[in-house]
Amino acid sequence: MKKYLSVINYGMGNLHSVIKSLQYLNIPAKITDKNKEIKNSIGIILPGVGAFKDAMKELRIRKLINLIKEEVIVGKPILGICLGMQLLFTESYEFGRFQGLNFIKGKVIKFKTDLKVPHIGWNSVTFNKKSLLLKGIKNNSYFYFVHSYYCVPEDKKVILTKTKYGNIIFASGVEYKNIYGFQFHPEKSSENALKIYKNFFEICKK
Amino acid sequence: MLCKRIIPCLDVNKGRVVKGVKFLNLKDAGDPVEAAYRYNRSGADEIVFLDITASFEKRKTIVDVVKKTAAKVFIPLTVGGGIRTVNDMAELLFNGADKVSINTAAVNNPQLIKQGAKKFGSQCIVLAVDAKRKCKNKWEVYTHGGRTPTGIDVIYWVKKAVKLGAGEILLTSMDADGTKQGYDIELNKAVSDAIPVPVIASGGAGSPEHMLRVLKYGKADAVLAASIFHYKEYTIKTVKKYLASHGIKVRM
Repeated sequence: MKKYLSVINYGMGNLHSVIKSLQYLNIPAKITDKNKEIKNSIGIILPGVGAFKDAMKELRIRKLINLIKEEVIVGKPILGICLGMQLLFTESYEFGRFQGLNFIKGKVIKFKTDLKVPHIGWNSVTFNKKSLLLKGIKNNSYFYFVHSYYCVPEDKKVILTKTKYGNIIFASGVEYKNIYGFQFHPEKSSENALKIYKNFFEICKK
Repeated sequence: MLCKRIIPCLDVNKGRVVKGVKFLNLKDAGDPVEAAYRYNRSGADEIVFLDITASFEKRKTIVDVVKKTAAKVFIPLTVGGGIRTVNDMAELLFNGADKVSINTAAVNNPQLIKQGAKKFGSQCIVLAVDAKRKCKNKWEVYTHGGRTPTGIDVIYWVKKAVKLGAGEILLTSMDADGTKQGYDIELNKAVSDAIPVPVIASGGAGSPEHMLRVLKYGKADAVLAASIFHYKEYTIKTVKKYLASHGIKVRM
């Protein structure tokens, strides 16, 4: 059977942009919330823009939480984008306190800064460690961000990339075993950034 | 550090890019998909399409333009013009727009901002404001492409809109628009100081120096321009080089 990625469809945000990028790169992918299709895929992309609480609720309604956990625990690579990255963490403080998927220990908190929130626009991304996911991307490249909350991992070793906004240096990328996440949008960061999806597909094929 | 954004704006009428002066005398300026692609190549940070057709029958044209653009341009796309309902927003977002900009419909029904933000997130909802100067430090909101005065104060309106969930303000000075005499610095500063979300300065760009001034003194987070890019008076690269050499952080 043809190897493909499953892009989780749970009614939230930037699904369309992610799919357009994958099509452009000729990466086979299915937009899905179906148990079987997710199980048969070689990797999972968890997109998302919107609110943390709503996203978890939508995942729960579609009975996707346990399914994703089962798949990730046995080693299937998962890539969270923007809100999708935040969902990988233990808990978020967006409009209350809500449990996430807990693949990475840590919390999601709001920018406390005199600067404008949301953090919208192009910001530089500094590598914190080596990764196959960043192959072909130059250190300190610019990526497009749009978010008001950011992830704070307990174990700093999971931080893949860092970004500075005002006085805050936050984890703009994480990598822990088969779990990956980016706060920025590779699919909106110009053609060069799309390499991240290509690299992720290569990782999944292994 | 976060960069200031340079955003070419494409006014689209019946599937073609057009440009006028003070919202009048429209001239043809090419194919929108091609233009967006070219701007992306030359370093644009975002693209804004304003559908000035604004007639219901022609709505499909802009959806088609967005769809074609999104397939080959991988930077944020904002679409405005004629958006009246959450369904209008959904249609554009599902076809490849990243943000929608609303103007007249938001003034008529401010709850539209709230509904859109709730459904798609504040980051999707750009409030476009056409502002006309009344006196020193007072501006009035106009709707219907700058034809209708509303009596609403600009500062009051942007504060209210941000509370309702607008994630960005696209601020056009009607006095400056099309004149190429520079952005309204005071207007931009007044709005930027009043609200915590980013402001995109629009109207009046005639040179890179105008952009520098509104970013530096007008506290704008991004600059929008149309004719200076369409007629190739300046490229986005030359503008960015100029800004960088004057201490403005831009994506090169």
